[in-house]
Formats: sequence, structure tokens, C-alpha cells
Amino acid sequence: MIELKKVTKKFDTGKAILTAVDEVDLSIADGEVFGIIGYSGAGKSTLIRLLNGLEKPTSGTVEINGQMITAIKGGELRKARQKVSMIFQHFNLLWSRTVKENIEFPLEIAGVAKSQRGKRVQELIELVGLTGRENAYPSELSGGQKQRVGIARALANDPEVLLCDEATSALDPETTDAILDLLVDINKRLGLTIVLITHEMHVIRKICHRVAVMEGGRVVELGDVLNVFQSPQAEITKRFVAQVTDNGDSQETIKNLRELYPTGELVKLVFLGEQTEKPLLTKLIRSHSIDVNIVQGNISHTQRGAYGTLILQLKGSPAEIEEALAFLRAEDIQAEVMQND
Amino acid sequence: MIESLFPNVDWESMWEATLETLYMTTISTLFTFIIGLALGILLFLTAPKQLWANKVVNWLTGAFVNIFRSIPFIILIILLIPLTLLLMGTIRGPNAALPALIIGSAPFYARMVLIALKEIDKGVIEAARSMGATTGTIIWKVLLPESKPALISGITVTAIALVGYTAMAGIIGAGGLGTLAFLDGFQRSREDVTLMATILILIIVFIIQYIGDLVTIKADKR
Repeated sequence: MIELKKVTKKFDTGKAILTAVDEVDLSIADGEVFGIIGYSGAGKSTLIRLLNGLEKPTSGTVEINGQMITAIKGGELRKARQKVSMIFQHFNLLWSRTVKENIEFPLEIAGVAKSQRGKRVQELIELVGLTGRENAYPSELSGGQKQRVGIARALANDPEVLLCDEATSALDPETTDAILDLLVDINKRLGLTIVLITHEMHVIRKICHRVAVMEGGRVVELGDVLNVFQSPQAEITKRFVAQVTDNGDSQETIKNLRELYPTGELVKLVFLGEQTEKPLLTKLIRSHSIDVNIVQGNISHTQRGAYGTLILQLKGSPAEIEEALAFLRAEDIQAEVMQND
Repeated sequence: MIESLFPNVDWESMWEATLETLYMTTISTLFTFIIGLALGILLFLTAPKQLWANKVVNWLTGAFVNIFRSIPFIILIILLIPLTLLLMGTIRGPNAALPALIIGSAPFYARMVLIALKEIDKGVIEAARSMGATTGTIIWKVLLPESKPALISGITVTAIALVGYTAMAGIIGAGGLGTLAFLDGFQRSREDVTLMATILILIIVFIIQYIGDLVTIKADKR
């Protein structure tokens, strides 16, 4: 669906050459929700603008649905952009137009006849849940409502790809979740491919299937969201994952827990997917003569399934604890004794 | 009562002069609006990183605007006498004042247009581009509507300046309230004529300001 090959974008700032995107290869499948995460300056804003030709790469190619975005220009590029639409962090609505007129704008650009525009606009307003606000001006809307207008506007010409440029970064947590739910709904209902950039791991966890982590213009980690959350490889990815889950990996946490629970062994369990639904602890306690105390735990839900970590304090003889660990591993649970070093 | 306060005022010629002032102001404002808008848009679009980024055109337009904005109006009228003669076939009367009025104020308005366009959120232009809009669509459906209040308040200020310019053009015999105040009022020491001309000019200015403010508020949905 979307193919990026050795894409590099350099900016001449006058004083120096800045490499914003550095030899990025990406392949995004049809109907996928693909997230790109990075701190500001990582090159993700530039990267997403290469997908609709708002920026031209210095070298490399971008292909969407068999069309070389990097090779076309003028009318052909403008036509292609109608199928690769975009929503923005600051919504970028025309304040001089009402909700209805804003959504109508891309239809005017596409040359849709006036008689057909009204019906399409009404459909879109219903789809994004703005019924009754048709004639309001953007200044009369809340942030979440403005982004709904942005989404309706982006969907007007039946695009194949939706690019989200920090679409929820200006919204409060509750509104963020509502907008993310809407995006998931659109992805499922319309089969739209969604590419989003963000600096919030929460967004990735909630709606993405796969994620690419960017740092210094390069993709430093790429994979299924569940795998990346469960075992992040790059240092920066670990930091992002820690944003949403304190999985007890840091030395600080281990030290604190050890002080609070000085006896027995502290054991960290990692569950994945269906394992989160099994009654494991019950089994463990019934079959082994040890005391189990839950110290800390959490479960996160992603589009690819759930994953969770659980920290237990096990009290018993060393042999009994060893047996308990063997039992857990036999159940395919990652179990490790937390060492204090 | 009025007759005794303004004994020397010839009401017929006063009314005629008012109409001439209104005529000069209206026509020159109209042309100033069109030419200034075009120059302002050109300045904006040819600036670095904009849609038509072009150093040469931007520099030339900028130079033209700056030069004609800087020449004092009274000197500009004199400098433009040959052009006026060529365009209008005369250098007297209200029509003769028009070229100088327009050339003097269009660059002034162009600067205001540029400022108005720069105020537009860049993201909105980017959004229009991301939808596949042509530059023409961006000008007509984004730049102009989104800067409408500033464009209107700008032309209001310019129109009021033009009322002042028409009075100055009176010195070279353009007609209107300026000529009347100067020739009939000042040179013949009839203070009441000068005063009446001033009152009428003030009324014109207040009406322009009032209408301008009203339309600006109505156009602003922010």
C-alpha cells in the first residue's frame, strides 16, 4: 500500500545542512493503523509530509497504491492528494466558514457538483457525530469538536489513506480517547489506512497495529505494537514504553520494592494476549505450598491484544520457590526473579 | 440661522464640491482596493517559502511599493503630471486627480494587505494544499476570506487617507472641498467657507469609518 524506499530529506538552514529524515524504509499495509512515535525534532513531521508530497524528498521514493508520489507534480499530485488526506494538531479549519462549509471545501476543490455536496456533507456530519452543529463557526466549537470537523473534512473525498499529524496532542485526555475511538471506528468501517505521528505512547497503544520509533531522522525500532511494548529494544523505545507502563524494570523501582518487601523473593511475570485471561494465580496457590502476595500489577490493552506485568512476593523455602517458578514457566509465562544489584 | 453663521457660503457650489470629493474618493478607493490587493497578494506569494517564492519579483514589487509609498503626495501629484496628461488628457478637475490618488495609495494599501495575509495561520494554507487545492483556489477561498476583516479595516483607513489626499489635490485645482476651501475660503479670506468645507469633510470621514467598522465586525467570525 505505502512503500518508502531509502527516503532522505535534507534542509538547508543557511548555516548548515539538516538531515530531517535519514534513509527511511517503511512498508505499510492496506487497512493498517501505523504509528510513528518520536520526540520533537525526530523528523516525524517531515516524514508524514513526504507521504502527500507537501515535502519533496532529497532522495528516495514514496509510493502509495502503485502511484509514485515522488515522481508526480502539478495537477496529478493535486489529484493524488484527494486520496491521501490529512488532519492536524491545530485542526487548521477556516474560521470564516461554518462546520458545513468547512467540510464542503475539499468537495469544492474536487469539483463535486453543488447539488451533491449537501448530501455528502450531511453523511459526514453524522459519521463524526456533529449533528446539530452544521451552522456553527469553528470559534463556537470545543477542541474535540473542531477535530471532528477536521476528520469529516479529511474523509470528504473518500480517501484511501488518512495522515494524522499529532491529531490529539492539543486535546485533553478524555477528548483524546474519544477522537482515537472515532479513528478506530473509521479504520474498521471504511477500511482506511491510517498513518499517525505522535509523541504520546498512549496513542500508539490505544489504536495502532504497528509502530515505528524515530530518533534523529532514523527509524530505530519497528514492529508489532504488542511486541514493542512487551520487549522494547532501543533505549528510546524503553523510555516511551515507560510513559504508559511502569513495568518495574528500573533499578529505582526494584530498590524501592525490595525495601518495602524485604522477605521472600520478588518475581516479575509478563503475560501476553490470552494469558491475561487465565486463572494462573489460583492454580499456583492451589498446587504449591507458598505464600503469594501481589505487589504491583497492570494490564494494558492494545489493538493487537492485551499484555500485562505482575510483580509477586513469594514466601517459602528456596526449593518451593524454585518449583513455583518452574510451574509458571511451564505455563509459558515469562517469570524472572528481580535481582537487586 | 445657518445663513447668518455662514454668510459667504454658496450652497450650490458647496454641494457640487462635496460631490466631487465623494467622486474622487470612491473611484480612487475602488482602484486602490483592486491594485493594492493584487500587489499585496503578489508580495505575499513571492516571499521566501511561499507558493510562488521568487526573489526577483518579490524584490521588484517591494521596491515599487516602497518608493511610491514614500514620496510625499503633494510631490507625487507634480511628478505625475505628464502621466496624468497622457491618461486623462487634462491636468485639471476631479478626473485629473485620480492617477496620483491611486498610485499614491495603492502601495500603501498593498502593505496593509501583506500584513493581513501574514496574519493567516500557515496551517490553514497547508491544509488547503493537502486537499489538492490550486494556488487560485487558495487565493480566492483561503487567503481572501480568512483575511477579510483586516482587508476591510485596511481599506477603511486607506479611504479616509484618500479623503485627505483629495483635499490636497485641490491645491492643483482638482476640484472638490479642498479646492473650495483653498481658493474660495483661504485666498479670499472667507473663514466660514473653509469651516463649512472642513465640517463636510469630517462628516464624510465619520461615515466611512462607521461603515468600515460595521462591515469589519460583521465579517469577523473568529
